[in-house]
Amino acid sequence: MSSSEPVAAAAAPPWRTAPHLPGAFRRLYAGEMRLVLGRRRNQALLGVLAVVPLVIGVAVRLSTPRNGDGPQFLSQIAGNGLFLVFTALTVALPFFLPLVVGVVAGDSIAGEAGTGTLRYLLAVPVTRGRLLAVKALGVASCTALAVLVVALVGLLAGAVLFGLHDVTLLSGDTVSLADGLLRTVGVVVFVVVALFGLAAGGLFVSTLTENAIAAMATTIGIAVFSALLDAVPELRPIAGALLTHHWLGFGELLRTAPDGGALLRWSLLHLAYVAVFLSLAWARLQTKDVTS
Amino acid sequence: MTSAAPATAAVPLGSPAGAAPGWSAVRTTGLTRRFGTHVAVDGVALEVPRGAVYGFLGPNGSGKTTTIRMLLGLIAADDGEIELLGRPMPERLADVLPRVGALIEGPAFHPHLSGASNLRRLDVSDATADPATSRARIGQALTRVGLTAAAGKRYRSYSLGMKQRLGLAAALLQPRDLLVLDEPTNGLDPQGTREVRHLIRDLAADGTTVLVSSHLLAEVEQVATHVGIMSAGRLLRQGPLTEVLADGVAVLRVTTPDLDAAGDVLGRLGLASVRTDAEQSCVQARLGNVLTEDVAAELHTAGVRLRGLTVERPDLETLFVSLTGEGFDVVE
Ligand SMILES: Nc1ncnc2c1ncn2[C@@H]1O[C@H](COP(=O)(O)OP(=O)(O)OP(=O)(O)O)[C@@H](O)[C@H]1O
Ligand SMILES: [Mg+2]
Repeated sequence: MSSSEPVAAAAAPPWRTAPHLPGAFRRLYAGEMRLVLGRRRNQALLGVLAVVPLVIGVAVRLSTPRNGDGPQFLSQIAGNGLFLVFTALTVALPFFLPLVVGVVAGDSIAGEAGTGTLRYLLAVPVTRGRLLAVKALGVASCTALAVLVVALVGLLAGAVLFGLHDVTLLSGDTVSLADGLLRTVGVVVFVVVALFGLAAGGLFVSTLTENAIAAMATTIGIAVFSALLDAVPELRPIAGALLTHHWLGFGELLRTAPDGGALLRWSLLHLAYVAVFLSLAWARLQTKDVTS
Repeated sequence: MTSAAPATAAVPLGSPAGAAPGWSAVRTTGLTRRFGTHVAVDGVALEVPRGAVYGFLGPNGSGKTTTIRMLLGLIAADDGEIELLGRPMPERLADVLPRVGALIEGPAFHPHLSGASNLRRLDVSDATADPATSRARIGQALTRVGLTAAAGKRYRSYSLGMKQRLGLAAALLQPRDLLVLDEPTNGLDPQGTREVRHLIRDLAADGTTVLVSSHLLAEVEQVATHVGIMSAGRLLRQGPLTEVLADGVAVLRVTTPDLDAAGDVLGRLGLASVRTDAEQSCVQARLGNVLTEDVAAELHTAGVRLRGLTVERPDLETLFVSLTGEGFDVVE
């Protein structure tokens, strides 16, 4: 296109391209995180996540649940506060965590388009590739932060309310507290990666619209819909490929000999979702007309 | 080609004939954009010479903002080519845009952040902006638009004019070679409008090229060196302001008791639309290519007693209306 412009080629303008300064992407990322974490709404959502383990912890403290009742690991909490982390994650995974991920991811680009700030970011310029990179990194950071809030508050509350002890695994074996904590780190990483799939989906949805609320609702809807499909018996053969099917698979890490192959396969599935959604988001953003 | 580049000629464009040698601040050829079947921008060949203050005019919906969005790479063109500062767009967007400040269809900022924080967000997003001077540049930009006192207030609480000023400040965060300002005086008070006029003059004096779209024709007439007039997606006229204005129809008015004789003379000289107004005892006609002094001499020779002889050249507004029509309804 440009090579067919002899005039332009003949007289190249005498200005030099300003170089990118070192640390430019880090500053862009820091600015993005300041923006997202500075929003009261997002702070409130993280607050809600912090409440989840607290409520469970206090409830368990005040009552003695019968074995087998309630969510995964609930009955073990009273004996070992560490299990509050796992219970809280189990409770937060179906809705509260997708809610936070959906809000942050859905808002990421649609929100900027809606307020019109997207056109000014692109005019700065933040090239579309960099924009997607920084938004993806921001959403990923918030996803990790959300899981960490649940886990850390759970750990703290568990320690205070019930104390931390050597861990009795699902198989009945007991391992040291250090081993238990290491497994907890593994659980957190697994859950974060699992949620990345949804986060990437939200980022893609966010490139489709200027309506942030619609993007948030759609993203949360994806998680709910996937869980719904998961519950349909006729779909059992394909259930294993659903976005949410393996989210609670972190329980595998609490067996004496975790099935590393399965954990890896599930995580790769989640990362495959990330790859697909990010590619779609990239393709969409490259060609998106910014008319808001 | 000679140095009297045709870029400065008031040719009705649409043809690539307006291209000048060397590079211009903005140059487009055959720029076209459709929304569905509606052609919002239709074969526009903009030519904004370096150092110009280019008034980009046109009625509502004539395609100004759409053109500006294409210039900045926000929307894709269906057809045509764009060069900003001599480099093709959007291919060289990352090189070109740091040198371009823009206000696009009104300001847009995050409502929950203060004015200064909003500018900070934009500045940290600019990979070419030096973080060491960020604070100082933000302060200068705010001072330049008279917003220092409100820098710490949330954007949500800004008045329309304050928002507009913050938008201008964002465009001025860095020294720019080109400023693209889409209706910068929208919502400003008279002082603010005047300030913007001064600001544009100052910037132009420093060598910044300014492309400014506006509906305030009197304002444009005061600052612009060049104008381009859009209507229904087409660029009807462009060129230096004086030449575009000279294109307009000048009206000659002879006040005399000898109405018939005067009318004869004007008719004989080939002036069009000769009209006699007995009540005002004057004769009017379109001057066309005839020189005023020749008319005066002929009238004298014919023995017409003159009480007054005036030539009225249209101002920008008259020209604008004559080109784009009187109609109030938006043309689709
Ligand atoms: N996103 C869009 N989708 C469909 N049509 C659009 C879109 N954006 C602009 N248009 C149409 O393109 C035409 C030109 O619009 P544009 O905003 O460029 O006009 P303008 O000259 O800036 O007008 P104004 O003086 O009111 O700002 C209008 O008819 C408008 O309806
Ligand atoms: Mg407009």
